[in-house]
Amino acid sequence: MTSFDWSVIWAAMPSLMEGTKLTIQITLLGLIGGTIIGFLTGVITTYVRVQVTGRSVLAAVATLVVLYLLARLSSWVGASLPDSLPGWVWPLIQLLIVIAVLWRLARFIPIALSFLSQVYILVIRGTPIVVQVMFIYFAVPLIFGWRIEAVPAAIFTLVINSGAYIAEIVRGALQSVPKGLKEAGEAMGLPFWKILAYIIGPVALRRMIPAMGNQCIISLKDSSLFIVIGVAELTRQGQEIIASNFRSVEIWGAVAVIYLILTGFIALTLKFVEHRTQIV
Amino acid sequence: MSIVEFKNVVKRFGDNVVLDGIDLSIEKGEVVVIVGPSGSGKSTLLRCINVLETIQDGDIVVNGLSVRGKGSQVRELRREAGMVFQQFNLFPQLTALENVMFGPVHTRGLARSKAREEALALLDKVGLASRVDHYPGQLSGGQQQRVAIARALAIKPILMLFDEPTSALDPELRHEVLKVMQDVAQSGMTMVVVTHEMEFARKVGTRLIFIDGGKIAEDGNPNELLSNPPSQRLKDFLQHVA
Repeated sequence: MTSFDWSVIWAAMPSLMEGTKLTIQITLLGLIGGTIIGFLTGVITTYVRVQVTGRSVLAAVATLVVLYLLARLSSWVGASLPDSLPGWVWPLIQLLIVIAVLWRLARFIPIALSFLSQVYILVIRGTPIVVQVMFIYFAVPLIFGWRIEAVPAAIFTLVINSGAYIAEIVRGALQSVPKGLKEAGEAMGLPFWKILAYIIGPVALRRMIPAMGNQCIISLKDSSLFIVIGVAELTRQGQEIIASNFRSVEIWGAVAVIYLILTGFIALTLKFVEHRTQIV
Repeated sequence: MSIVEFKNVVKRFGDNVVLDGIDLSIEKGEVVVIVGPSGSGKSTLLRCINVLETIQDGDIVVNGLSVRGKGSQVRELRREAGMVFQQFNLFPQLTALENVMFGPVHTRGLARSKAREEALALLDKVGLASRVDHYPGQLSGGQQQRVAIARALAIKPILMLFDEPTSALDPELRHEVLKVMQDVAQSGMTMVVVTHEMEFARKVGTRLIFIDGGKIAEDGNPNELLSNPPSQRLKDFLQHVA
């Protein structure tokens, strides 16, 4: 058995700090994006109720097929138009058609958005984050021909991953607010957005804090899984150092302690926020 | 012209008919007390007036505005009717003063300084001048309900709706709320009150409506109806409440 050697840790510190920096960057950007997506989808799925059933899925698929056929038709029309027509005419007509269709179907837009949000949550919560990041990093370029860098892929994965969970946190908090508060706002003659912004929102935000703390910690730790696409975050840095010096005990120990410090900081911050915003 | 006009109103929850063709008109200055057995539709009737429930047939017109109007019209209608709930429904994150200021600032666009002045006057009127900076969680049920009455009055309605305002209160806290309601009535406010407080109906009410099975079974002077119930159903009901 080898003895614990502190000097190994000091020597590894600069690389580990580089990794820590990247871990924080990915987590922070991922959570900011995830919070935005989560709030939008959470509010929609709370207040626009659509059941994801066999029938509604079928209707959605049928809609997509119709849209695809329309797109094919429109590009065929565009290609067979006489050359004397200026190039901008057909795109403009297409745009007008799209606006007209959206105008006619405005009533269904929230329903469609709610349905899409639920499918999004279903897919993201139902697949492992490792599979998600590898799909985005390796498969998406093959399908669409775009190249995506590792760090943006990692951030994007964390955005859509945490967004799905935050959507459910938001929905849970919004649903937990007593119905009477909404009615009190309605009875005053407030429009719905004001009821949400000034009455339900402030109460729900406080109730989200413990679950949001959970999500921040989970996302931070999940960023270690981006090792699979070679992002030089903290875990990856540790692994690379060990590959050259074989000091597993010291380096994995140090990596673990750094994660613990970061998650401890999140936990303390949220405790503080929770305490400061408590309703008497 | 009456302030509230029910025209053959039908309200159903699924197959369950809760209001079965209600015709009713309420005039300015009336204090209408609505009583009836639980499940008779009295709360629903009240909640249909400010569109917290939507009706399936007929129409209700409040100060010239129909409950079947579109969103902006419904919001305008709601601003004419202050509502007091059984469970108070104060905004827990706001102090008593902020609760009362909330409506004028957010629905009528009143300046905060002006709203504050009016809110302080209203809280003084309901006897809570010393509690303006307390949060709902720091107030007793009776105090919370008095704040709620002040909050409803703050939007300057022409009509006040009370949905069992004392039912969630201990008996010794009821009188302070009933006293405030009596003051409001004496100021000339038109009121519709769903309650089990027969004493209030007798003393403050100008009209008593007995609802049974989704229909108006009795409609008349509270003193006469309570002293001499004209029907067996009302007699039975009063025996159960008293």
